[in-house]
Formats: sequence, structure tokens, C-alpha cells
Amino acid sequence: MYDSSDIRKNLKILLDGQPYVVVDFQFVKPGKGTAFTRTRVKNMITGAVLDKTFRSGEKLEPAEVEQLSVQYMYHESDQYWFMDTSNYEQFAIGEAQLGDQAKFLTENLVVSVTMFKGQAVDIELPTFIEVQITKCEPGVRGDTASGGTKPATISSGALIQVPFHINENDWVKVDTRDGRYVERVNKR
Amino acid sequence: MHGPATPRPTRARLALRARGLAAVRSFLDTHGSLEVETPLLLRAPAPERHIVALPVPGAGYLAASPELQMKRLVADGSGPIHQLSRSFRGGELGRHHHPEFTILEWYLPGATYREAMDQTEALVRWVAARLSPPDAPPRLDLDRPFERHRIADLFERLAGWRPGADVDDERFAFDLVDKVEPALPRDRGVLVHDYPASQASLARLCPGDPAYAERFELYLGGLELANGFTELADAAEQRARFERERTAIAAQGREPYPLDERFLAALPRLGLCTGVALGFDRLLMALAGLDDIGESTAFRWEEV
Repeated sequence: MYDSSDIRKNLKILLDGQPYVVVDFQFVKPGKGTAFTRTRVKNMITGAVLDKTFRSGEKLEPAEVEQLSVQYMYHESDQYWFMDTSNYEQFAIGEAQLGDQAKFLTENLVVSVTMFKGQAVDIELPTFIEVQITKCEPGVRGDTASGGTKPATISSGALIQVPFHINENDWVKVDTRDGRYVERVNKR
Repeated sequence: MHGPATPRPTRARLALRARGLAAVRSFLDTHGSLEVETPLLLRAPAPERHIVALPVPGAGYLAASPELQMKRLVADGSGPIHQLSRSFRGGELGRHHHPEFTILEWYLPGATYREAMDQTEALVRWVAARLSPPDAPPRLDLDRPFERHRIADLFERLAGWRPGADVDDERFAFDLVDKVEPALPRDRGVLVHDYPASQASLARLCPGDPAYAERFELYLGGLELANGFTELADAAEQRARFERERTAIAAQGREPYPLDERFLAALPRLGLCTGVALGFDRLLMALAGLDDIGESTAFRWEEV
């Protein structure tokens, strides 16, 4: 069991049987009153965020969650298949749960998955991935300094904005948090 | 709640505080108040169950507030006085709490808490006008009159029940923090008044309605900033309240402080008087839009 004094960002706790992660917390104490910890917690399954106040000394139940390092394999309709690299077990995560992250998954990419009662509840991609451009309009010679961008499709399926000098089959580094082009990378 | 604290250039941070201190002093000086200094090292701090005075081995305790000594000065005929003093409270650490902080405390002999609320509002505007304009957070509009609410009305609206004479202190404290405070407007000052008698602290009870006490709190930008009340001047009642607090402190397994008999002996001479204690660091936070008390002081607690 945790105590209210253990509350920190990223602490994982169980509320009404659901796993929550603390995203923010604050020590609160009215001048003449008793102390509390006011928290903002996020449901690790639904993503719903709520404010919750704990009394000083109140007990909190830990959410028994497990972090796995898994490798992305392939997807079949809306199911994305991963393999636990420690025991080669395979399991699927639905597209709805992956959300925008699905379009940054490339074969063999290693991601971190949070498991709760045998179910994947959260997936965390590396911040930067290196992907190949599969489709974009040809670059315009001499236009490299204009700072303009054009749309390009990457091998994982996402549509991103790249500078004019990037061409099909080029490799680029992309920020998975916002799909931002970072730089061109050399890959043989 | 907020992102990472913005680093402030040290000179600007120090200047904000210096201007704030000067503004507080000029306001109270203009209102005929005398600046005083009372001891920070005390033999007998006021017993309050939720405030921990820090012991100094062989010497006593660090002051958690200058309240009792300032009231003794008023009782002895000082007239209006104020003090900017460091105060120390154990176990209080967070974005709005440092264990060492600066209290502005001032006393208005002959005044009730109503007049003190007016003066508190005027003081906030005076100080705000003397900080540099770029310090003002756009979300705080001090041209609007401060809202004033009886706390029972706020509870009725925001928590769905009305605290009265038989209030459950636990429930009151929880709903205050969980339901009432988060719903207060942040774009203007809010004065909350007439606390249930069990939350009276050292306030006198409302003469016409002893279920409530003549106590108020100021909220500014969502921060609890000041606490003021028409002072209880009945020594027997004060002694009874101190004894209740000492019993509660003992029940927490803490050593109760000795009773301040000199204070109790002076109390009957206090007469009608109102005192206000204001967290000076938080005043700077609210007026400059700072998210962390450590941005208002020369050093964060973590840097000490």
C-alpha cells in the first residue's frame, strides 16, 4: 500500500478497480486546516483525466502494472501484433487503443507496453524513429533554403510534412509525439 | 495544473520582492500603522492542531506566526501596528508552501473584520500598482471589485450542504479543498467570511449568530492569501480554545507547548481589534503570476 506522502508524478494507483497514473499533484493545506494532496490522475485504459483529493495519511492501493519491452511485427485489419522479446509470446492491440501512434509503427520497432491484468493498457513509442519516405512529390532544385514543406508518406503509413529537398526512398528522423520531421539521415 | 517553473533572472526576481516589501510598508505607513518586530524565538507558541511549531533545542520554538506577541503590544496600547516577519511551520512543503516563509501581519485597534476586509482589498491594489506592469498576469483583473461570500453560501452552492453550528470538521476541510477552493474564480479577488464557530481559530463569534465567527480569508488567483478576524478578547474562552487545541495536539502524539499565560493575561485589555495575516510570498505569486513559491524568494527551499 502507498501512503498519501508517496504521491509522485507517474505513481500508478488503483481507483475503483481501474489503473490510474498520477500526472500532477500538489500539497494543499488551508492556513488553519488539515493537509491534503490534490492530484490529477489519468485512467490508463480510457485516458480519462480526473481530479482527486487525498487526505493526509490516506492509503492508496498500487496498480499492479508491468512494463514490457515488445517488438512490433505486423497488422491485420485493425489488430496490431507485437512480440514480447523476453518469451516470444505474441499479442495484439486494437487500432482504437493505439490511436495516432499506429501510424508510426514500423516493422521490428521496439516499444514499451504497460500491461494490467494481462491486458495492454498503454503503449509508449520511442520519441524519435527513423523511417523511409515511400511517397512524395519530387524536390524542386534550388528551393532548399526557402523553408517551405510538402506532404510525404512514410513507410509506417503516416503523412508528415518534409522540406522540399527530401525525396522518395530517403530516410528521415521523425518525432513520434507530433509527427514532426527532424532531419534527414544517411542509411545504406 | 502547470508546466515546469519558468526560470527568472535573479535580479528581476529580487527586484519584484523588494518592490513588494516597499509597497506593503508604504501602504501601512500611509494608514498610520507602525512597523514592529517581535521575537521569532518563542517559549509558548499558540497551540493549533494543524500547525507544527519547530522546536529549537534548549531555547523554545521558532514562531509559526507573530500573532500572540503582536496582540500583547496592541493590548498594551501600541495603536495600529504591522510586521513583516519570517515564520516557520513543520511539515509544510509544496508549490505553495515553504517551511520558512514571510508573513505580513497587521492589527487595527477599534476595527471589525468588515473594515479589515476593505483594507485588505485596498492593500492588494496598492501593492499591485507598485509592481512593474510586465509582472502582472493577464488573467488577474484587479479593477473588478473583490467578490464577497459567506462560506456557508459557497458550500451550499459548490458542495451541496450548509455548514453550521454542528459542522463536521473533517467533512468541512475535505470539501473546502476538494470542491470549494478549486471552483473559486481566479481572475479576481475573493473574500470568504463568517466561518463556522468550530473553525474560529482566535476569532470572536458573530455577536448576533454564535454559530459563526467573524473570520475571513482572501483568495487571489486561486491562492489562499490571507486570514483575518475580529480578535477574541475573552480570556476564559481563549483559554478553553487553547486547551482544546492542546488536547488535540496530544492526541496526535505531539508534545503540547506550554500555555502563554502572559498573552492570556493581556487579552482582556485588547478591546475591539482586528488582525490580518497575509502570506507575503503568495501575494507576490498571485500578483506576478508565479506558479511556485520558490520563484518569489531569493532561494528555493531545495536550493537552501
